[in-house]
Amino acid sequence: MQTIDLRGVGCPTNFVKAKLALEEVETGETAQILLDDGEPVKNVPRSLKAEGHKLLGLRQSDEGHYVLELEKVEE
Amino acid sequence: MSNKPVSTKIDLSNLKAGGFIKERGKDLFTVRLRVPGGRMSVPRLKKIAEVAEKFGGEFVHLSVRQSIELININFKDFDAVVEELGEATQKVASCGARVRVPVACGGCEYNPNGLVDTQKSALEVDQKLFGTATGHHKFKVAFAGCPFDCPKSATNDVGFQGAIYPQLDKDACISCGLCAKNCVPKAITMGADNKPVFAEKPCIWCGDCAKVCPTGAWSEKKRGYTVRIGGKWGRNPLVGTLFATFLPEEKVVDFIAAVLEWYKAKAESLGRIRLGDVIIREGASALLDHLRKQFPDNAVAATIPPQVIETQVGIRS
Repeated sequence: MQTIDLRGVGCPTNFVKAKLALEEVETGETAQILLDDGEPVKNVPRSLKAEGHKLLGLRQSDEGHYVLELEKVEE
Repeated sequence: MSNKPVSTKIDLSNLKAGGFIKERGKDLFTVRLRVPGGRMSVPRLKKIAEVAEKFGGEFVHLSVRQSIELININFKDFDAVVEELGEATQKVASCGARVRVPVACGGCEYNPNGLVDTQKSALEVDQKLFGTATGHHKFKVAFAGCPFDCPKSATNDVGFQGAIYPQLDKDACISCGLCAKNCVPKAITMGADNKPVFAEKPCIWCGDCAKVCPTGAWSEKKRGYTVRIGGKWGRNPLVGTLFATFLPEEKVVDFIAAVLEWYKAKAESLGRIRLGDVIIREGASALLDHLRKQFPDNAVAATIPPQVIETQVGIRS
């Protein structure tokens, strides 16, 4: 599973980076995206959902950042 | 050769709807164009630019209520301006004691925050109620697509704010906690079973829970407008108060018409008085009871009069 580390990247650059990184992921594959607490975790999952991807889970890590797991859906 | 002065011919019916506003100095007027909801098609924008270049000054003004104002139009050119703009599609906007062009945010078609189609509502109100004489004072309407309320709906005579009432499908919930994290008024907290707990009272119906939910476990139970009435700004500002909730979009025109009917009747012989001041005189329940007859499902149980804003300048008796 590919990990896309977007910690330290602000909105909306993090979303654009996630989109670019997901272009490299095969349809149907899962990827995990690391997001900072605050605005990034509020905005990015919602935007990726609107892009049509299937969000599988979201949990907060012990270090405080969030790990979003999603399945890439064909564009 | 005759020395008889040449008289100017103007179609005065063009002036009746208002929108021609006298400027400082001689002969010059501002022509306020009607742009309901602030949406302007690109071809129309081009046309307006052509007319402005031909008849107006060096700039146009974007009014605070979303209209485009042509500046420095000579009154002798009124007919030509109206003709060239294409009266049928680009009517000039009103001023005076009438229902004004409604203001709206971008709505929900492209703006991810929008909960209702404010553009559609603004257009419908503009088509059906624009220019209606109130007999008393101006009458302003605004549509906000969500409770973030960029258009400041409660500062209008009737202000609409898009809202959704949320509902949770617990089985679809993955316990991520994003809804609780995003809920600014703290209506959602995470319970002992790691599932969201919803408290009705603090909820402002913004729908952030449904927007942010990764799985769609939060969805809308109902949708409509939160309606506040009696607001105005200006010298003595009032903030409108709550009269209806979850008003269906298709009832907006009828609702405004019912408010207008009450305003016209109650303000009889009071002269130039805004709706909010009439509500303060008559009591908020008088208007609320009137609205409840026609909108029993949406009128609130009780309300308060428009709220006076203390401007701290000029002591009100």
